[in-house]
Amino acid sequence: MPSVRIPTPLRSLTDGQNTVDIEATTVGDLLRNLNEIHPGFSERILDEDGELRRFVNIYVDGEDIRYRDGFETELTPNNEISIVPSVAGGI
Amino acid sequence: MPITQTLRCRECERTYPLEATHICELDFGPLELQFDYTAIRESISRDTIASRPPTLWRYHELLPVAGGWDPTWPVGFTPLQRAKNLGDRLGLSNLYIKNDTVNPTYSFKDRVVAVAITKAREFGFETFACASTGNLAGAVSAAGARHNMPTYVFIPSDLEVGKVRGAAIYGAQIVAVDGTYDELNRLCSEIADLYNWAFCNINIRPYYAEGSKTLAFETVEQLGWIAPDHIVAPIASGSLYTKVGKAMRELVDVGLLKQQTTRIHGAQPAGCAPVADAFGHGHTTYNPVRDPNTVAKSLAIGNPADGFYALKLAKDVGGVIESVTDDEIIEAMQLLASTEGVFAETAAGVTIAVLAKLAERGVIGRDELTVALVTGNGLKTQEAVDGQTSARFEITPSMKSFEKTLADHGVLTPA
Repeated sequence: MPSVRIPTPLRSLTDGQNTVDIEATTVGDLLRNLNEIHPGFSERILDEDGELRRFVNIYVDGEDIRYRDGFETELTPNNEISIVPSVAGGI
Repeated sequence: MPITQTLRCRECERTYPLEATHICELDFGPLELQFDYTAIRESISRDTIASRPPTLWRYHELLPVAGGWDPTWPVGFTPLQRAKNLGDRLGLSNLYIKNDTVNPTYSFKDRVVAVAITKAREFGFETFACASTGNLAGAVSAAGARHNMPTYVFIPSDLEVGKVRGAAIYGAQIVAVDGTYDELNRLCSEIADLYNWAFCNINIRPYYAEGSKTLAFETVEQLGWIAPDHIVAPIASGSLYTKVGKAMRELVDVGLLKQQTTRIHGAQPAGCAPVADAFGHGHTTYNPVRDPNTVAKSLAIGNPADGFYALKLAKDVGGVIESVTDDEIIEAMQLLASTEGVFAETAAGVTIAVLAKLAERGVIGRDELTVALVTGNGLKTQEAVDGQTSARFEITPSMKSFEKTLADHGVLTPA
């Protein structure tokens, strides 16, 4: 099943695990299941309207879901999902 | 030292102790340094600043360090040069350039890195690292070398050769990532999660970013404690741009300026202009650019972390964020070099090209005091001007050949 890489600030919700495997067929599905197993997840990464917070990015195999189908992005069991806060360098 | 600083989330304003962390645990908002300006006001004055050595540390009260910086590394207090010739060409009578091509590793990144490594050592880190579009790579490698810290630098694999060499020479481990800057930045934030390294642009970012303010502090001091009417700055992540805004506010907050009404303008390359595009459409947030394609590689950040705040700043200070094409960028690099004798990198070409556009449009008035931030040296991005510089004349070592060849090209009247 797809594996999700959990960033440091959210590991308190996963008993310190930095990756968790979650059964899901889409990203939206995955977030719902993640929240069921580890309550509190949705509140942290979604805003009041259920959209991804401004400073949170979700990647499927390295690709930002905003460039794919957002929460509708389909998943296969081999996908690696990363939840990554925005960072930047450059000028 | 009194407690004059805290970390604060820019979104929810929750505060955190001064640690190596950069995002709010609650909503992932970026953390920013917050200073106690009332306390600083008591201890800072134009005279005390003037009595200090000519480096960025002359403003140390407004930098997030407790001490322990390297006073022998000559970072900052770069020349503010009157740009009369360039001004004549652009129809501006009161133009200056802040010349940051002359920092130790030839870009303004030495400022932010000086702060970052001082803080990293204060926190007890033993390894220094960054993700870089180039200039940061050199600055981080050099600082790591001076402090004898193992250093890792992550760069996109298509980076200009000059920037890679300019980082590798200092002995850093250079890791070239087959991907865009945004992709390697994501990778680095995952690495930072697992390894206890001081990543300039990740866990040390709130401290690091404050170093950019010194460009604005110096500009105002060098103008004789006058806030210019306009500042033009490049935008990639939007960090420098927003920190210039913060610096101008702070000068008022600590009593060094009575007021300031500087309009701060932002410059992006058309091949990666998420912030300028959003500004042009009147949006308050931007759409990331997936595949940046521009000669100004140091500005090729498709998902700028401070893009939202850059748009907000522009609105607050009456700034304009504009983009320019690669051709305009190269032309502006040539214009700056041929009028002022300053060979600056592509990012500065973006800045100068936008300056030209704003002057032409009348956003910047002829006699208004204007400063363009020239952030890096052109020797790092020489590829950009390959085939663009004037032709050379091939001659044999004889007076005849010399006079004939040049006369034939109309650049010499034989004696």
